[in-house]
Amino acid sequence: MSSVATLHGADVHTGHDDAHHGHHHETFISKYVFSQDHKMIAKQFLVTGIIWAIIGGMFSVIFRLQLGYPDATFPILEDFFGHWAKGGRIEPEFYYALVTMHGTILVFFVLTAGLSGTFANFLIPLQVGARDMASPMLNMLSYWFFFTASIVMFSSLFVQTGPASGGWTIYPPLSALGDASSGSKIGMDLWLVSMALFIVSSLLGGLNYISTILNLRTKGMSMTRLPLTVWSLFFTAVLGVLSFPVLLSGAILLLFDRNMGTSFFLSDIVINGKILPNEGGSAILFQHLFWFLGHPEVYIILLPAMGMSSEIISVNSRKPIFGYMAMVGSLFAIAILAFLVWAHHMFVTGLNPFLGSVFVLLTLLIAVPSAIKVFNWLTTLWRGSIRFTPGMLFAIGFVSLFISGGLTGIFLGNSGLDLHLHDTYFVIAHFHIVMGVASFFGMFAGVYHWYPKMFGRYLNNTMAYIHFWVTIIGAYLIFWPMHYEGLAGMPRRYYDYSNWQSFKQFGGLNEFISFVAMIVFATQLLFVFNFFYSMFKGRKVTSSNPWGANTLEWTTPINPGHGNWPGEIPEVYRGAYDYAKDGREFTPQNTPLGENESGDHH
Amino acid sequence: MKEFLLVALGALVFVVVFQIAKASEYVSVLKGEEKTRRQNNRINAFLLLGFLVFGLIGVWYCNDLYYGKTLLPQGSASVEGEGWDWMFYLTIICTGLVFFITQIGLFWFSYKYQEQDGKKAYYFAHSTKLELLWTTVPAIVLCVLVALGLRHWFKVTGDAPKDAIVVEVTGHQFGWEFRYPGADKVLGRKDYKLTGGANSLGVDFNDEASHDDIHVSQTMHIPVGVPVKMVIGAQDVIHDVGLPHFRLKMDAVPGIPTTQWFTPKYTTEEMKTRTGNPDFEYEISCDQMCGKGHFSMRGVIIVETMAEYKKWLAQQKPEYYTIYKDKDPDNQKPATGDTTAMKISQVVNEKK
Repeated sequence: MSSVATLHGADVHTGHDDAHHGHHHETFISKYVFSQDHKMIAKQFLVTGIIWAIIGGMFSVIFRLQLGYPDATFPILEDFFGHWAKGGRIEPEFYYALVTMHGTILVFFVLTAGLSGTFANFLIPLQVGARDMASPMLNMLSYWFFFTASIVMFSSLFVQTGPASGGWTIYPPLSALGDASSGSKIGMDLWLVSMALFIVSSLLGGLNYISTILNLRTKGMSMTRLPLTVWSLFFTAVLGVLSFPVLLSGAILLLFDRNMGTSFFLSDIVINGKILPNEGGSAILFQHLFWFLGHPEVYIILLPAMGMSSEIISVNSRKPIFGYMAMVGSLFAIAILAFLVWAHHMFVTGLNPFLGSVFVLLTLLIAVPSAIKVFNWLTTLWRGSIRFTPGMLFAIGFVSLFISGGLTGIFLGNSGLDLHLHDTYFVIAHFHIVMGVASFFGMFAGVYHWYPKMFGRYLNNTMAYIHFWVTIIGAYLIFWPMHYEGLAGMPRRYYDYSNWQSFKQFGGLNEFISFVAMIVFATQLLFVFNFFYSMFKGRKVTSSNPWGANTLEWTTPINPGHGNWPGEIPEVYRGAYDYAKDGREFTPQNTPLGENESGDHH
Repeated sequence: MKEFLLVALGALVFVVVFQIAKASEYVSVLKGEEKTRRQNNRINAFLLLGFLVFGLIGVWYCNDLYYGKTLLPQGSASVEGEGWDWMFYLTIICTGLVFFITQIGLFWFSYKYQEQDGKKAYYFAHSTKLELLWTTVPAIVLCVLVALGLRHWFKVTGDAPKDAIVVEVTGHQFGWEFRYPGADKVLGRKDYKLTGGANSLGVDFNDEASHDDIHVSQTMHIPVGVPVKMVIGAQDVIHDVGLPHFRLKMDAVPGIPTTQWFTPKYTTEEMKTRTGNPDFEYEISCDQMCGKGHFSMRGVIIVETMAEYKKWLAQQKPEYYTIYKDKDPDNQKPATGDTTAMKISQVVNEKK
């Protein structure tokens, strides 16, 4: 038996057979900077993501100051931002730059790269039983393209005319014409270049994840024995690989329109009294290209959180995930439907009503696999023996937020209702809960759960519990009342509501939301502190399988070297969710089947 | 100084939390980690239950505070928007039901099935019956919601009634322009390349249909109880004609005209008493990010009785005459003489 496993390992991993002994000389550069170890690359993604999250979160606190206290001045802002915050009150142009960068940073740099970049890199090889990614070199490049994209985006914050300020969706003509907004000058070019680099990074990563999952599974690890984390990361990668190139094409065409006089997205424009020669383009075309990525993108963000929550809920309920095949099937259904619903972002663009109706049907269909997932999570908890580790709490929080935010999607996906709710605070509440905060919860759950595997230490529990409770209460306090603002028709992306008869009645509420937002942000800093502090001073992990989990990453040593397993790669005999089966609390995947055991149960 | 104190206070709280966190870790080592873990488990299970209870109270309290501030209690101000309100309440009932069932299930199960001595997890890997149940029921409910939702959608996005009053709405950074077709009921042709000077909309005045067109800015007037069709465009970037009271919204896209129509139910004056707000105005909000003045792109719709509307319309001078003052019959000496003569003869006739 063992000779077979060795053969298998040697067969696939000859390329870096020497690496997994871990004793050859590693320099600081090769270990921490240009590392080809998937675990180190995962940590690089995570730390970069955390830095971006602090910046992006900070931006939201600053623009919430304007929304919550529109008449107040904060001289400290002028000290930091100079003419962008003259007299301590941020300028409208700066407000829109902050809003735009908040969205861009959190959607792409944190919840795409920081979330799936981290956990796809970290978990895929460990959970499928591989020594590393299919191509460690491309994997390293994936991080460094992301890093370069980050540098370009970061530098755009410092150009004189400011960073992009047309919203994270960068709709032309606003984003195409420097005359329309100062953020559409050099800041927009940098945004597009950064995004192009980001897409390259995402493609390199995605292709690697897919080929690793398809080709490098250890012996016995059939697709239907994969943990749900791996399935979710697989579909995430497929979504990214098929949809990001479309955004790349949109970005390139937009660069042409901006700099080379083409008219892909421009027609019939008079700006500042200047008559532009562009004719025949369509501003709506860009929206199709953007949302063809943009909608799968929200599932790129959400699926890894779903997968990790499934895994963590099952481990900590000490019960098999309920309906494994249904969970995989619903992930698959969501991934397919994700490509067929993009125009529901465009119901009010003058879209053909019949075409709109098709998108309504397909959009609301997504609620079916989503409902399956929710009920399966609930049934997994039912009659379990639940341990509330911080990771588990965040996974439960994820389910709660996914329900709350998912249900409001049924309003927005129904075009008739969208006519009134489109681009109001109802939308803000919806997507922040279901995709923003929920995915963050999935990410936190993942960090708390796999931190012991990443660093060989635990995070501090007390800080973790405080982090969870303040964050979930705060998230609901911030976003729940926003539904009511939306039902009053209050539009998003307004700098000031005090001149509007219809919207000014929410002044007190906006102040409350801003106040809570600051507290929640401060609590995230507590998490960041816990993260870095525990890396060096946290309680040491003493058992190689601290949660009593079945998946293969817990069969590695506490601090696995490059190559993950010092000896042979373990062979797999069963699915990942044999908890409470045959009277045993848990049965790791590499445990051979017993005498009378039935094998795969799904 | 105040900010500095706040930052210092924040840092202090931070240090305190950190010290407590650190101390509790030592205590747990002393007490035995397993014992502490179980204690934490009980506390968190209890907190989850508390979160459910206070969360449900919070949902009720939030509704109590803010429902009155939404547009729902005053109802739709357009005939077509009534369908929106109805559809909204139906969706609230369906999703609300699911919301309460699943949230209560989630937190109650978490509390009820917390780890307890002597209790083991129940092996339950799947059940085709249950899974079919929660696949088909949502699917059926959603089909109903889709069908009813689309009925409303096709009604409001369908063609406006033939007798609808047509108003052309044009958005630009950062304001609204309105053009009425005048007595001939035909809007004159436009070409954006003709934009310039006083002709801010690029109207082609060689087209005679344009000669009686009326152009006003920022505030539009429409009569109550009559369908109004908006033909929407934009000059520079994408804007959006948001009409929250009428439950409608439509983008204004440069180069691609769009339309929307509705039938206002109440005049502005009626709304002042209905909402109890003496300053009430129907507002057009720009709902598509359009640049630094986006938040100030406010238009006003005055809904009035047909008589008031006709009177207002009669007072407006066609744009053709405001731009080409020499063509204005009021400015032409001989014409003035003619009209005076006509008026005199009218008065004479009436007296007879």
